[in-house]
Amino acid sequence: MNEFFSLMKSELVLTGIIFLLLFIKIGKGVKNETLLPLIQVLLLANFLFGFFLNKQGRLFGDMYYTTSLIVMQKNILNLGVYLISLVCADWLKKTQHLAEFFLLMLSALLGMFFMISSANLLIFYLSLELATIPVAAMANFDLEKKTSAEGAMKMILSSAFSSGILLFGISLIYGTTGSISLPQLGQLLDNSPLQILAFIFFFAAFAFKLSIVPFHLWTADVYEGSPIAVTSFLSVISKGAVAFIFMTMLFRVFQPMAHIWYQLVVVLAIATMVIGNLFALRQQNIKRFLAFSSIAQVGFILVAVSSNDPMGITSVVYFVLVYIFSNLAAFGVAAVITEKTGKENIDDYKGLYKTNPFLSWILALSLFSLAGIPPTAGFFGKLFLITAGSANANYWFIIVVALNLIVSLYYYLRVIRAVFMDKNDNPVEPVTISAPVRLGLLICGAGIVITGMLSWIYDYIYTLK
Amino acid sequence: MMEPGLYHILTVSIALFFIGVMGFLTRRNLITMLMSLELILNSVNLNFIAFNKYVWPGKMDGLFFTIFIIAIAAAEAAVAIAIIINLYRSNQSIDVTNAEDLKY
Repeated sequence: MNEFFSLMKSELVLTGIIFLLLFIKIGKGVKNETLLPLIQVLLLANFLFGFFLNKQGRLFGDMYYTTSLIVMQKNILNLGVYLISLVCADWLKKTQHLAEFFLLMLSALLGMFFMISSANLLIFYLSLELATIPVAAMANFDLEKKTSAEGAMKMILSSAFSSGILLFGISLIYGTTGSISLPQLGQLLDNSPLQILAFIFFFAAFAFKLSIVPFHLWTADVYEGSPIAVTSFLSVISKGAVAFIFMTMLFRVFQPMAHIWYQLVVVLAIATMVIGNLFALRQQNIKRFLAFSSIAQVGFILVAVSSNDPMGITSVVYFVLVYIFSNLAAFGVAAVITEKTGKENIDDYKGLYKTNPFLSWILALSLFSLAGIPPTAGFFGKLFLITAGSANANYWFIIVVALNLIVSLYYYLRVIRAVFMDKNDNPVEPVTISAPVRLGLLICGAGIVITGMLSWIYDYIYTLK
Repeated sequence: MMEPGLYHILTVSIALFFIGVMGFLTRRNLITMLMSLELILNSVNLNFIAFNKYVWPGKMDGLFFTIFIIAIAAAEAAVAIAIIINLYRSNQSIDVTNAEDLKY
């Protein structure tokens, strides 16, 4: 009994918070001004509690397992959700259904926790659905806006379609091996043609969720249409969680097919980076710009996935941590400016430095980190990803990756140039930044600077197995 | 009279799967697209049941999976229909070609 509680600690605490919010919602109405700080404190407590009472083990007849690396991944996701509740505080305060929003968001997070911990395809499928269906409902949260409904529609249809494809792959795997338990599958797969077909279906479904290139088309529309809190959740938390389980699947379960998926991952990594970069070049809307930049970043994650060794896993976990800080800082600045002035175009950001120096510096820091410029953590994240990717001594691949880094530098610097150097007769007026947003942006900024400097973070993740 | 075997059922389920994919990709009405998704999920159910009956008769995993797929499909359809109703309120149409504000 005691083991049950300590192994499922993250999930149980999160379930507790979800029920607490539900009771608050059912009871007499609490104003957003009091509810939001309460939620922020709860999420902070949830994040801090993640560092205590950690054990490794299996539960429910080997359907659920946890290791210290998985606990670390859950802590990173917890941190991301806490930061979202801070940097998007302005929008959250104004929304009519604050409690429901967090109910959906935390349910999705719970799904992600179970997904990372799943050791059985049934649990994996159920938790994947728990992690995507609430997000589609969240994407529709700006009920009056037409684009919000359109984005949500695109999201639910494409995610339902991709889970149909995933299920078809799972059914073929079950038919050929007779097992849906992940540790057993690792030994039972023997590369028969039907299993390779099943693997391709499986991979396509993951490509949908991660927005890898031939399946990326829903991403930009959903990102632009949804409220900015949902966009940041989708681009950071969902993507990070799916990347974690994707690596576990490829490295543990589909290890017998490593020579097949290596080619697939290399080709798709290049396609994802090139197309993400090329489309990001021509975007005017800041949310759409960040959407395509996040597609390109997934390409870099795939570079590390191609390594097929423990360093690949470590570098992806580290990169997701850095990515949470940098992307949430960028989305935080965009959220403040959109909320206060309604401006979403990159041209509107011209001359921002004259009127809002604090926001400009945070935005510059986050974009430098996303581009991978040395003093920031993003540089180290990219460095480790590419070092891991070069494990197979496939050097032309690494050269293409490096060329893509240069292209990405151009469009990130274009925004920084607009903010710092371009003149504008009608710049964004000085905006007042509320305390939680300022705290969130400062944590993100500090994270961007410090995570890169402290080398023990990477070493620590590497020691977790 | 021939007994239907594994290959017959798999043929039906694969046909059902690709009819669903085809419907999803070519239909322009959102409700019809949802129906195509249900076809895909039902072909998967058929697959699981057939594999369970003919290939792995001693195991129960396929049957459990089917039950869960049916339940999740209902949940998914509920959320999708709620979103479609909301889209109808702002668009006055459930045709996907009328929902194209977000592009490129």
